[in-house]
Amino acid sequence: MSEIATPPNSASEPARTLIGRLKDNDLLASFLSSKVTVAAGIVTVILFLAALLAPWIAPTDPFNPATNYLSDSFDPPSFIASGDPRFLLGTDDQGRDMLSAILYGLRVSLAIGFCSVALGALIGVSLGLVAGYAGGWTDSAIMRIADVQLTFPAILIALLLDGVAHALLNPANRDESAFAVLVLSIGLSFWVQYARTARASTMVEKNRDYVLAARLIGLSHARILFSHILPNVMGPVMVIATINLALAIITEATLSFLGVGLPPTQPSLGTLIRIGQNYLFSGEWWIVTFPSLTLAALVLAVNLLGDWLRDALNPRLK
Amino acid sequence: MLALLPGVRRRGNPKLKDADAIVEVRGLSRVFDVSSPWISRLVSREPRRTLAAVDGLDFAIDRGETFGLVGESGSGKSTLARMVVGLLEPSRGQVLIDGVDLAGTRDRAARRAVRRRMQMIFQDPFASLNPRWRVGDIIAEPIRVFRPRDGRASGLGERAIAARVDELLELVGLHPADAPKFPHEFSGGQRQRIAIARAIAAHPDFIVCDEPTSALDVSIQAQILNLMRDLQERLGLTYLLITHNLAVVRFMATRVGVMYLGRLVEIGETDALFARPRHPFTRMLLDAVPDLAMSGRPRTPVGGEPPNPIDPPPGCPFHPRCPQAIAICKSERPAFRDNVACHLATADDARPAVE
Amino acid sequence: MTGPLLSVRDLRVEFATRKGPLVALDGVSFDIAPGEVLGVVGESGAGKSLTGLAVIGLLDSPGRIAGGEIRFDGERIDNLPQTRMRLIRGGRIGVIFQDPLTSLNPLMRIGDQLTETILAHKPLGRRQAREQAIAWLGEVGIPSPEKRIDGYPHEFSGGMRQRVVIALALCAEPALVIADEPTTALDVSVQAQIISLLKNLTRRHGAAVMLITHDMGVIAETADRVAVMYAGRIAEIGEVRELVRNPLHPYTQGLMAAIPTLAVRARRLMQIPGAMPRLSSIPRGCAFAPRCPRVFERCAERPPLMAIGGRGAACWLYYQASAAAEIRN
Repeated sequence: MSEIATPPNSASEPARTLIGRLKDNDLLASFLSSKVTVAAGIVTVILFLAALLAPWIAPTDPFNPATNYLSDSFDPPSFIASGDPRFLLGTDDQGRDMLSAILYGLRVSLAIGFCSVALGALIGVSLGLVAGYAGGWTDSAIMRIADVQLTFPAILIALLLDGVAHALLNPANRDESAFAVLVLSIGLSFWVQYARTARASTMVEKNRDYVLAARLIGLSHARILFSHILPNVMGPVMVIATINLALAIITEATLSFLGVGLPPTQPSLGTLIRIGQNYLFSGEWWIVTFPSLTLAALVLAVNLLGDWLRDALNPRLK
Repeated sequence: MLALLPGVRRRGNPKLKDADAIVEVRGLSRVFDVSSPWISRLVSREPRRTLAAVDGLDFAIDRGETFGLVGESGSGKSTLARMVVGLLEPSRGQVLIDGVDLAGTRDRAARRAVRRRMQMIFQDPFASLNPRWRVGDIIAEPIRVFRPRDGRASGLGERAIAARVDELLELVGLHPADAPKFPHEFSGGQRQRIAIARAIAAHPDFIVCDEPTSALDVSIQAQILNLMRDLQERLGLTYLLITHNLAVVRFMATRVGVMYLGRLVEIGETDALFARPRHPFTRMLLDAVPDLAMSGRPRTPVGGEPPNPIDPPPGCPFHPRCPQAIAICKSERPAFRDNVACHLATADDARPAVE
Repeated sequence: MTGPLLSVRDLRVEFATRKGPLVALDGVSFDIAPGEVLGVVGESGAGKSLTGLAVIGLLDSPGRIAGGEIRFDGERIDNLPQTRMRLIRGGRIGVIFQDPLTSLNPLMRIGDQLTETILAHKPLGRRQAREQAIAWLGEVGIPSPEKRIDGYPHEFSGGMRQRVVIALALCAEPALVIADEPTTALDVSVQAQIISLLKNLTRRHGAAVMLITHDMGVIAETADRVAVMYAGRIAEIGEVRELVRNPLHPYTQGLMAAIPTLAVRARRLMQIPGAMPRLSSIPRGCAFAPRCPRVFERCAERPPLMAIGGRGAACWLYYQASAAAEIRN
């Protein structure tokens, strides 16, 4: 055995502790090196946590008609002289506490954002993998469909799908299914980016020697795609997903603002903005302002994180 | 059976008389279509163009030997390697592994049995391991794929596999603690060791080595080549070694085949071929190797460049660069006869190139 | 002209990293005499390419020259501003890189690239420059140069492109040519042609060459002297025949023994255990000590380059011999 084995080259490097690995980690260092990114990260975490814990930290339940008194409606925020100390950010036309409404709205907006990103990624990455790996007619067909879809603005596609869904569904169920319909429309309108990215990465990876080694032992194409190629494609996809999250939230807000998204009984931030817009010029500015600020902060923070991630994962910039 | 194969003559090596050929290549060819897309062809009225990367190859590899295949870029050796292991389908001809033609069999069990017997080591240690997989999983993959599928308790549960991975890591000079690490934590030479461990994991009989040390430093190359030789002795492996480095072939191979533009131009036992090369291209290759021993050996100036495979010269493809080309070389392709494909070579006509 | 053409003393190159400066070259010293071919050989990571880049001022940040000096023709060039360095580079020091594909501008005709270089460094008219360009193409062995001068790089084969690169490097008649792995990307038969071309041309035009490569065989055939690098330092330096036949430093000995030769079918190749240390983990003392078969206590201290006759070896084994030689001198 001593003839074959040279002294072990790598046993000299002991397993590093978690703290040690974190300190060494390039990604973390690049994150911490930019104040803007750290700030964006903090804001994002705060908003995510707020949304997650909304049922527990919201002062009131804004959707329980029993606790809303119309007599409380149009109360200004508590920090203004005429405000009611119970309502930090004031109330809307229904007497609902703005802070609670925003927290719940954030929750819904984020939920739709994540779900539609997940759906878009699932469809897009799958199609991209297949297109990149198979090549030929399959690739051409999928890419032509993608190209056609790209000629339409995503909002229009979402509107179209939304409209079709509503037409098909029973009006009585419309409100309950609004969530699912929104996720579907937004997800379907955004799959193309994932497909393109996944396809590009797949085309690079499929010719690499480790894929040849897998083909050599007779693995099926599906297994190679899923176990070998997919993990290597996920990097760029994560970047797209992050930036897409912001886009999905904005799209949902737009749709709700236009009135075809979530109903007032289950408002997202966009719905709240729509409601508030009616009262902007009659003096109750707080109903539109606070949801808008929250939405802007969320989208900006997520976008900045996406930018950082894209630069951090770009091997050429290293 | 060996005596029946054209162009392969044994010269009394007792080890080989009773050895079977484990790999046989018969009339193997691979043609690529390199035409422009049909629209541009339609417009400019070009004909279809094809590239014969490998053109009618015939040779056999005996059990336990190392067959070295040398050639320049464009010689087709990589295409041949991929055909031998079944990654590429031949356009014509067959590759028989222990008598079984992988490309010609549809029976899944038979194909699996053949696949199990052969493996490949690639040139680039940085591309041949999946960067997202742990080293232990990379090495274990062939074991998992080829383990017998007869229900459970086949003796190859997870613990047994992990033990086997540890054993393999030690066999190639690494450490069991390396199994949970990722490839990027290792150097080029270490990654090639991991690739070797993966290649021997499922007990193959035959390994194709495609430029296994070309990307490695000299001192690491020595370690890897020694390791490969040791493993060959210990595990009874047969190697097809593809390289452009003649010194490596000298060290590793028992027999050598020289390829030029998709064809075999000479085959022979290593010592004989290096001492008395018969084909002018072989002589040219040997002359081109820098003289490290500084023996001051006379070098004939070499000329020309590797030819373009899409547009090969007529007749003998080597004739534009051949210092001895005569009229017939320009018009007629020499047949592969008596282990060499040259109009001017006969069994006794050989000039020594290295003393 | 007396004195060396290129003189490098105690060159130190550092890379700024998050964890502090990483020393990539640590006290490298050597000379190149006019017209001499110095081979710089070493394995990957030894620092040979970096040395070449440092000399011609092409070290990109985060790398920088942190110590020592480089003198070319008597004047210091390591601290020159880029504007002055650009005049020297290409004019008095020619450069040949490994990959001819990236050394040549794919969008410019070969002739234009050559003429531009000639015009930048010589006081000639455009027509004369073009004639010289054609002459150079002929000298490097491009057939029908007057026809091919207007071709684009992709119309040439790999070997032809490298010949053009050699012409580019030599057309301004530099005193020194730095060639970084000029033949590594080429086929064996073409390698031999290019090496022989480089050797003959530089000899004919009186240019010195710093030939950087990992291929000891190329060095043995081409160089007058050779410097062997290990982990950012010079392990051994000397006249090539002596060094190849009788290497002093244990690393060089191991390296020479590890190279497979054509002559004899060896039973087993000599191998050096382990691997060259990464720059971030170079041991104190002699960098080769962990792998050295002849290591002893003194090796915990870093050995300077000991002079023994015209040769140098950074190894304590030669301390006595070196001291004795100094006394004799």
